[in-house]
Amino acid sequence: MYAFQYHRPGSLKEAAALLGKLGDGKALAGGQTLIATMKLRLAQPSDLVDLGAITELRGIKVEGDALMIGALTRHAEVAASAEVKKRIPALAVLAGGIGDRQVRAVGTLGGSVANNDPAADYPAGVLGLGATVITTQRKIVADDFFDGMYETALKPGELITAISFPLPKRAAYAKFPNPASRFAMIGVFVSQVANGSVRVAVTGAGGGVFRDAALEKALTANFTPEAVTSVKVSASGLSSDMHASAEYRAHLIGVMAKRAVVAALG
Amino acid sequence: MGANPTSAFPNGIGASSLRKEDQRFLTGAGNYTDDINFPGQSYAYFLRSPHAHAKIKSIKTQAASAAPGVVAIFTGADLAEAKVGGLPCGWLITDMSGQPMKEPPHPPLAQGKVHHVGDQVAVVIAESYLQAKDAAELIEVDYDVLASVTDVATATQPGQPAVHDMAPNNVCYVWGHGDKAAVDKAFSAAAHVTTLEIRNNRLIPNAIEPRAAVAQYSRSEDAYTLYVANQNPHVERLLMTAFVLGLPEHKVRVIAPDVGGGFGSKIFLYAEETVITWAAKRVNRTIKWTAERFESFMSDAHGRDHATKAELALDKDGHFLAMRVKTAANLGAYLSTFASSVPTILYATLLAGQYTTPAIYAEVTGVFTNTVPVDAYRGAGRPEATFVVERLVSKAAMELGIAQDEIRRRNFIKTFPYATPVGLTYDVGNYEATLAAATKIADVAGFPARREEAKRRGKLRGIGYSCYIEACGLAPSNIAGALGARAGLFEAGEIRVHPTGSVTVFTGSHSHGQGHETTFAQVVAERLGIPFENVDVVHGDTGRIPFGMGTYGSRSLAVGGSAIMKALDKIIAKGKKIAAHMLEAADSDIVFENGNFKVAGTDKQLAFGQVAFSAYVPHNYPLDKLEPGLNETAFYDPTNFTYPAGSHICEVEVDPETGVTKVVSYVASDDFGNIVNPMIVEGQVHGGLVQGIGQALLEQAVYDPESGQLLSGSYTDYAMPRADDVPNFKVDTQVTPCTHNPLGVKGCGEAGAIGSPPAVISAVIDALKDLGVRDMAMPATPYRVWQTIQNARA
Ligand SMILES: Cc1cc2nc3c(=O)[nH]c(=O)nc-3n(C[C@H](O)[C@H](O)[C@H](O)COP(=O)(O)OP(=O)(O)OC[C@H]3O[C@@H](n4cnc5c(N)ncnc54)[C@H](O)[C@@H]3O)c2cc1C
Repeated sequence: MYAFQYHRPGSLKEAAALLGKLGDGKALAGGQTLIATMKLRLAQPSDLVDLGAITELRGIKVEGDALMIGALTRHAEVAASAEVKKRIPALAVLAGGIGDRQVRAVGTLGGSVANNDPAADYPAGVLGLGATVITTQRKIVADDFFDGMYETALKPGELITAISFPLPKRAAYAKFPNPASRFAMIGVFVSQVANGSVRVAVTGAGGGVFRDAALEKALTANFTPEAVTSVKVSASGLSSDMHASAEYRAHLIGVMAKRAVVAALG
Repeated sequence: MGANPTSAFPNGIGASSLRKEDQRFLTGAGNYTDDINFPGQSYAYFLRSPHAHAKIKSIKTQAASAAPGVVAIFTGADLAEAKVGGLPCGWLITDMSGQPMKEPPHPPLAQGKVHHVGDQVAVVIAESYLQAKDAAELIEVDYDVLASVTDVATATQPGQPAVHDMAPNNVCYVWGHGDKAAVDKAFSAAAHVTTLEIRNNRLIPNAIEPRAAVAQYSRSEDAYTLYVANQNPHVERLLMTAFVLGLPEHKVRVIAPDVGGGFGSKIFLYAEETVITWAAKRVNRTIKWTAERFESFMSDAHGRDHATKAELALDKDGHFLAMRVKTAANLGAYLSTFASSVPTILYATLLAGQYTTPAIYAEVTGVFTNTVPVDAYRGAGRPEATFVVERLVSKAAMELGIAQDEIRRRNFIKTFPYATPVGLTYDVGNYEATLAAATKIADVAGFPARREEAKRRGKLRGIGYSCYIEACGLAPSNIAGALGARAGLFEAGEIRVHPTGSVTVFTGSHSHGQGHETTFAQVVAERLGIPFENVDVVHGDTGRIPFGMGTYGSRSLAVGGSAIMKALDKIIAKGKKIAAHMLEAADSDIVFENGNFKVAGTDKQLAFGQVAFSAYVPHNYPLDKLEPGLNETAFYDPTNFTYPAGSHICEVEVDPETGVTKVVSYVASDDFGNIVNPMIVEGQVHGGLVQGIGQALLEQAVYDPESGQLLSGSYTDYAMPRADDVPNFKVDTQVTPCTHNPLGVKGCGEAGAIGSPPAVISAVIDALKDLGVRDMAMPATPYRVWQTIQNARA
């Protein structure tokens, strides 16, 4: 790790102002990605702006037809929240399947979504539920937010404050963990809203989270496991590495989508 | 836990005494090398090669030397100028042609060329670790990158890059073992031949504690002290002083304090501790180095990595007639300390397994590649041999339609001693007993019903067997010497009885997780009839212990424990003389029972403590005939190896949709001879099984064939087994005591890792057998299993 300046502002306004004026500053949430990257000397921020004291970034509440979760809310809090379990149980399951106990006790929703690791779980939930990312500057719908591997629509200094998840009729997340890292080798988030339309978001498969149009179409027409089986998922564009070929990943998308549909149907 | 009904003592032999060392380990009072700090110490950081193979055109250190806090920077050129030698290999293998193996130089800091990613290029010593690391970034190394080779199966083919010019075709040796003519003859007449191509996957040891060292030089004493995470400090000292640094051995003290796991990887003499010991005098500072985890991946010696063609000849009834094995063993870029012996002496000699196969021939090619050196890793050669034997046997049974237990029974060795055709003589064993016990515990009879039930859930259930043997208790020194060992393999022990009757044991064995402080204390408490609490065990310090060959090859209790037993005999013999004088009886009338010296047939007796006191306060003492004091040392050189053996039965369930394999049942019935602490033995078996299951299902070191980069260089890609990857184990022990050591013990540290991989793999194959699957490479990852299923269906 290289030396850096540490700041711990008490308010969001202060944090945004600091990040605005510090050239090479970075926000620090749970540090589960950022600190490790810095230790490996892969990141060298001049300043860290610790969001930990900003209580307004924390918390889970229902607002109209949506569940509003503060950016600094930890994975363990989402996993254990009675509100989340009641409104969007799939999201609680997703959060409860991230990393291990230690990681869930510190890692945050905002950090995970801002980081947009191509194998992270939360991006599948955000995109799969058609959530809206609320920042210090604007509201960004999920379809406009994720921009490929580690890239998002966030501008320098822009902070996620909360994410608003519309309540689905049903939803589920099925994850196939990488045997080594236990990040998603394939994760499929499936949701259906009241009008019957379906979103299918896939993580772990390639350069970043994406929606699968063919699966969405088939499931919108017929929300059953058989509908999934009828779709042949293409391996084109999916990644191949020592853990899985593109073909195997494509196959797993089908299997995980089917399992998610079964789970969503309860 | 607690008392053993067969012993007169609550913490004697056979009791599951709680581990003495756990008090400090579990309360944060352990003292590991990285916990050791001295005022004014400096820190070392090693700059490592980013390339698998490259010429070093130049190294510029000026800018780095001027960086804040830098004390000194050394490169290979500095070491050469100071006449620092290369790291030695401790075992000479002679090629089939009668030539010695090729021993390319292994400089502690690269000279002229780097040979693997992670090879040490320079060391920076600075006031703080971060300053050393910062300065290292300013070192400019100009590399001329060369083509590299990492794959053992193809490295010897013509046209491959040469790792060392002195080793044409990257061959270190081609070594043959066994009667080739007899084997070829048996094959030509065989009713059936089973053939296998095997890749024994390369593993990375991953001890929890990374390697670490603190080196000190004292100008007042002109002597060095090295603290190092190591399994055999005397061997470390001998190799370092005599072969590399040319220092007087008695001027170097090596201390291996608490060590957090080794699995073999801390046996070896490594570059880092050698360089900082040398540099400690040069800069006249204490120097500390602790590996970061990424360095462990690319600099701790790796394990396994064989490519093998194996054949088994059988008659029509499934009796084994002969075995033929051809193995290419990856040695990595340099010969690590015992690298040459692992795929030869510790491998081919085990190919008889538990069976009467009359003729066996093995040919092993040791191969250099641009990879981290490969050396002993839990089991060292024996897991590789067991995998060959047990996979051949399982496949043969499948091909001939003979039940897995039946084919093994038909070929078991039943009379002992038994001389194998590969050079070992098994003293004792009862293979039927462990197989029968495992079969019963595993409820093999109920397997067909479980298979059906799994099928209804969409899962494919399979069962796999492994009847392994290993040779432990290394080793009779004369035999090892005849086979090329450049060291003895005895052990030393000293028993120091204090005036108040408490005892300190000094052992040349080294504990890095094995629990010797408990087990050895149980042996002493039982033998002397004194409380377990009154016995302390000291290990890992050349300054306090007479000598030691250290801990590896499951040798500690069998060899180290035997040395302690011999020293205890001397203590008791002397105690009898003291007691005879005090009790006014003849020496020959004194018996020692339950901690008391008695005049046989009378009620006259003295407690052990009274005799000990008299030895140090010799007022009523035979000073004319006997020296005062009660302190004895013994060296024990074994007369044979010990032969732990057992039967493992594994059941798995495969999800055919995803390829995921789950181990749902694992039974191990092992014969380790007599058992001192059943709880510790069980723990050792559990750990070994997890490592073996890790090898079978999860772990693999992967190199990029083009660049020679280690792709599985962190836990992101190297899959370590976790608690939820394994079931609750059912373990059992059967006992045939070893016939040639005083405790009748055989060793248990590696058995789990040796026995389990073929049991797991055979279970996976059994699960898929209806699809026509007959073979499966390790690790059986979901991806590989899924691919195998696809290929079988295509
Ligand atoms: C061992 C281990 C296992 C893991 N396993 C999984 C897994 O299975 N699945 C999974 O999805 N993840 C996994 N993770 C990652 C984990 O979920 C992290 O918590 C997450 O990636 C980052 O969240 P954080 O709060 O720690 O963010 P930090 O590390 O603090 O920050 C990450 C990045 O986001 C930025 N950032 C943080 N908060 C905000 C904000 N409010 N607005 C804008 N930018 C912000 C930071 O500047 C930084 O660039 C694992 C991590 C570890 C260490």
